[in-house]
Amino acid sequence: MGDMFRSEEMALCQMFIQPEAAYTSVSELGETGCVQFRDLNVNVNAFQRKFVTEVRRCDELERKIRYIETEIKKDGIVLPDIQDDIPRAPNPREIIDLEAHLEKTESEMIELAQNEVNMKSNYLELTELRKVLENTQGFFSDQEVLNLDSSNRAGGDNDAAAQHRGRLGFVAGVINRERVFAFERMLWRISRGNVFLKRSDLDEPLNDPATGHPIYKTVFVAFFQGEQLKNRIKKVCTGFHASLYPCPSSHNEREEMVRNVRTRLEDLKLVLSQTEDHRSRVLATVSKNLPSWSIMVKKMKAIYHTLNLFNMDVTKKCLIGECWVPTNDLPVVQKALSDGSAAVGSTIPSFLNVIDTNEQPPTFNRTNKFTRGFQNLIDAYGVASYRECNPALYTCITFPFLFAVMFGDLGHGLILVLFGAWMVLCERKLARIRNGGEIWNIFFGGRYIILLMGLFAMYTGLVYNDVFSKSMNLFGSRWFNNYNTTTVLTNPNLQLPPNSSAVGVYPFGMDPVWQLADNKIIFLNSFKMKLSIIFGVLHMVFGVCMSVVNFTHFKRYASIFLEFVPQILFLLLLFGYMVFMMFFKWFSYNARTSFQPETPGCAPSVLIMFINMMLFKNTEPPKGCNEFMFESQPQLQKAFVLIALCCIPWMLLGKPLYIKFTRKNKAHANHNGQLTGNIELAEGETPLPTGFSGNEENAGGAHGHDDEPMSEIYIHQAIHTIEYVLSTISHTASYLRLWALSLAHAQLSEVLWQMVLSLGLKMSGVGGAIGLFIIFGAWCLFTLAILVLMEGLSAFLHTLRLHWVEFMSKFYEGMGYAFQPFSFKAILDGEEEE
Amino acid sequence: MGAAFFPVLFFTALWGGVGIAMPIMTPKGPHQNLIRCILMLTAACCWLFWLCCYMAQMNPLIGPKLKRDVVAMIGRSWNNPIVAG
Repeated sequence: MGDMFRSEEMALCQMFIQPEAAYTSVSELGETGCVQFRDLNVNVNAFQRKFVTEVRRCDELERKIRYIETEIKKDGIVLPDIQDDIPRAPNPREIIDLEAHLEKTESEMIELAQNEVNMKSNYLELTELRKVLENTQGFFSDQEVLNLDSSNRAGGDNDAAAQHRGRLGFVAGVINRERVFAFERMLWRISRGNVFLKRSDLDEPLNDPATGHPIYKTVFVAFFQGEQLKNRIKKVCTGFHASLYPCPSSHNEREEMVRNVRTRLEDLKLVLSQTEDHRSRVLATVSKNLPSWSIMVKKMKAIYHTLNLFNMDVTKKCLIGECWVPTNDLPVVQKALSDGSAAVGSTIPSFLNVIDTNEQPPTFNRTNKFTRGFQNLIDAYGVASYRECNPALYTCITFPFLFAVMFGDLGHGLILVLFGAWMVLCERKLARIRNGGEIWNIFFGGRYIILLMGLFAMYTGLVYNDVFSKSMNLFGSRWFNNYNTTTVLTNPNLQLPPNSSAVGVYPFGMDPVWQLADNKIIFLNSFKMKLSIIFGVLHMVFGVCMSVVNFTHFKRYASIFLEFVPQILFLLLLFGYMVFMMFFKWFSYNARTSFQPETPGCAPSVLIMFINMMLFKNTEPPKGCNEFMFESQPQLQKAFVLIALCCIPWMLLGKPLYIKFTRKNKAHANHNGQLTGNIELAEGETPLPTGFSGNEENAGGAHGHDDEPMSEIYIHQAIHTIEYVLSTISHTASYLRLWALSLAHAQLSEVLWQMVLSLGLKMSGVGGAIGLFIIFGAWCLFTLAILVLMEGLSAFLHTLRLHWVEFMSKFYEGMGYAFQPFSFKAILDGEEEE
Repeated sequence: MGAAFFPVLFFTALWGGVGIAMPIMTPKGPHQNLIRCILMLTAACCWLFWLCCYMAQMNPLIGPKLKRDVVAMIGRSWNNPIVAG
């Protein structure tokens, strides 16, 4: 077994890179994505590292890119999505060009924005002036009539009165509509009622030049008398941010001014339009390149961050980096370093040393798009210890299969298959969806899991003979009715006797007659409970056997005899025997036999028999029946129980005693070692890196953990033994959830049929057709929402628990840490998800 | 004993083919072992599942309890007519 059976072999490497080739070498390594660097400058804070200046340059470039991106989005230009042609990290000359480009573009954008704001301000002022001139026409016409009357009266009668009345002054302007009321009241107060205010609301909103928001404004004219009052009014206008505009009082002058303002507005509008066009052209040009630039800058920044992890060797004038590399990828890394050196024409090659180490390497499981989902399921529980057996390999099939045992329905499985197949067949197109949301990402990431779950659910649906709670009679039912017409008509319920009505066995799956029977739950429960225990015990046995593979690989051979053998004996002699009893009962007891102890009435309950076996009890059988299934069964059961009970102290004491024994031998050997130099040299060898847990004895090797006291070892082993014994019992019961979920799913489906769709099918007439249409829609909605989504999620979670707890607890340590390579692809994917 | 030889042999041969013959014929490649493991596990699980269902019905201990309407429907639709008398 090569792939996925256990994690990849990892090597700790030391890199010696020439400074001039460092950037390009790390760039090549980032493209390959199979190196995990270690931080050699842990004690140096971030601001004192060697390449901080370069990182800051990248930050500045990123800021500029974000600014330009914001402007592009503001204009509604769509950025092209780079999928296929992803650019590489820029070389130093390209960096300078890129900096110049971004600097120029940003300056241009800022200048354009500033000019636009200025021009929009001018435009706003001229628009307001035009509004003032237009709206004050009525004001002044009214006023002239008043003035004329006063003049006539004054001229004709009394010169003194005319001098006293004098000429009225005015100011005109524009104010925000929401401030008009307060403004008017303030004017009234400061002038003690001597100001006459006329106003008119503008119908169209004007745009704020800075923010672009629409603002509603009001034109006003204030008439007053005296210079002192004029100053006060102007102060109030300033306080309320009202804009004052010159406004001639004569009609002809106003007409001329309006014409001038209109001309200037037209000119300004033209210039604004041209500015907008220019800005759009600049943004459109930049938007073609901006995604590439963004990726290049991200890669550049990642490279400098990685270079900061390196050590600078002053004497040799080279950069030293340490990293974990999968052993199979060492040639790839060597080639990347060579390419990096060749890119800058460096004459001195960078090279790679493999270092032996005692440290635990990171865990790396090489996956493809099919196995990635299953590996993620396992890693969510715990990352495997280094070189430990990887359960994900077997989870590829056992997970969808156990899900299907719970979810078995041909129709619902078909829905899952169609959904999964759609995601798989269109995965290249669907992978480009960036903003699908977290739920969609989970579904898409697990598309192969969903497809397999659907396929297996179709298979188990065929075996259960369940299609949306209905059966199919494919091979002809093997149950025949032997009653005559009189018997049928006189009995509302009939039970077919198995000794005369059953002829043969339905060859594939459940006989369709059971779907129609009133006692189908009794029959199916018996079948499904046995099925759950059979698969559960086999799953657990498989898990315990996996521990042998681990023991063999880590050379802990003693654990095979001291841990594996008693564990497997305990499991098989008790629960394996229970499985055997199930098969024996299926085989032995039948309704056609003439041997009375094997008739259906005498069939014992497997569970009661198992309990009696454990408790050394007896149950009085019915008359004419035997208590046991076969001869010598009581002796056999006693022997099994006694051996299983012996396995418990075997698990409990075997390993600690062995450790104690080997320690005595080791002490003796060490004593001899002082007399012979060769033995000391042998003990001084550097051990190969191993991934076993630090708190377990390396029973097969000469280098164990001698410092752990014996009492701790006894306690540790006691905990393990108790855990295993109790968990064997509880986990077997836990697998009954396969039956429980299956029963719940089938019954929910049947309820949906009887309470929803069945009612629609009973309707008649035109109204019935319409009603059926609506009810069918409701039935579809409930089927998808409840039976496929909710029940599917429930079955998924229960399957997950059966794998994480019941299966993996038998052999899995899961105390490793994941391999996180320096990879541009991972960095860019992570950035895009933010 | 209601079991027949043909279905047992047929399905055992079928899943045996999937679990034994097809892994032998898997073409060499980077994922050969993965494919073999998948085929063997699929064959084992599906065969055992079918076998349990078959054996559960091999010697039924109880018969189905049917309503009168169901008996009539079976008589008409499943080529299982009710005996006159």
